[in-house]
Amino acid sequence: MSQSNPPNILFPDKWVDNYADYLFNYAIARVNNSNIAKDLVQETFFAGLKSAKNFEGKSSERTWLVSILKRKIIDYYRKINSKKGQAEIRMNFYDSGDNEGNWIEERVPQSWNNEAEKNIENEELKNQLDKCIDSLPEKYAMVFKMKTIQQFETEDICKELNITPSNLWVMIHRARTQLRNCMEQNWFNK
Amino acid sequence: MFKFFKITCDEATTICDKSQYGEASVYERMQLSWHLLVCKICILYSKQNRKISDILKLKSDDCKKNNPCFSKKEKEDLKEQLNNFN
Repeated sequence: MSQSNPPNILFPDKWVDNYADYLFNYAIARVNNSNIAKDLVQETFFAGLKSAKNFEGKSSERTWLVSILKRKIIDYYRKINSKKGQAEIRMNFYDSGDNEGNWIEERVPQSWNNEAEKNIENEELKNQLDKCIDSLPEKYAMVFKMKTIQQFETEDICKELNITPSNLWVMIHRARTQLRNCMEQNWFNK
Repeated sequence: MFKFFKITCDEATTICDKSQYGEASVYERMQLSWHLLVCKICILYSKQNRKISDILKLKSDDCKKNNPCFSKKEKEDLKEQLNNFN
């Protein structure tokens, strides 16, 4: 009964027109930096050309390109990971002694001025927020942005980055704690 | 029996962050509310956390609206590079 479709063929000349935007959107959602996303798409096209002869036509052109892009994204993350050092230790709480797990005095949240509330929508706040997000270690920032700004499902992020959910929450927690400290110093109690 | 609910501030704030995304379990939420009864600092933290979430929500909506893409010029350049490669 099953009728086999004719194998898919590649048209590299049409790639840029047909898939550049699609691939870019795919990449930007994962790396969160338009320059890096563009580079990744470019690399994907080159890699595609290089291995075009290995294309068996079982999947569509687009699926095939996306699978290459996925590899490229993972490679990119690996690179950051090795660059930034695996053991980036950032303590938020006492981790030994009597006060284990409790607030370090200087990091205890301070109350925020009410003034800040009025300005909540203005541009400056957004700029400050961007600055604070950029100051996070890249590893945390990536997970944090994927979860918060792009609003991915936890499961998807875990699969993509190959981490466990509890790992993810710890990273998000650290990112948020750092973010709130940054905002506290630069915005709310300025 | 309350010792089941007893957690450190570190754990409490982690749960608090998790619940900002609506993904804390019932047990975790119970632990957190128990902790908030006894810890003023964490009450402040969770209040502020909510505010940060609001700001981040604005930012997230903002990001969805403007999605930068390849410009025409960049596409042409890319095409040329690919052609040269062949």
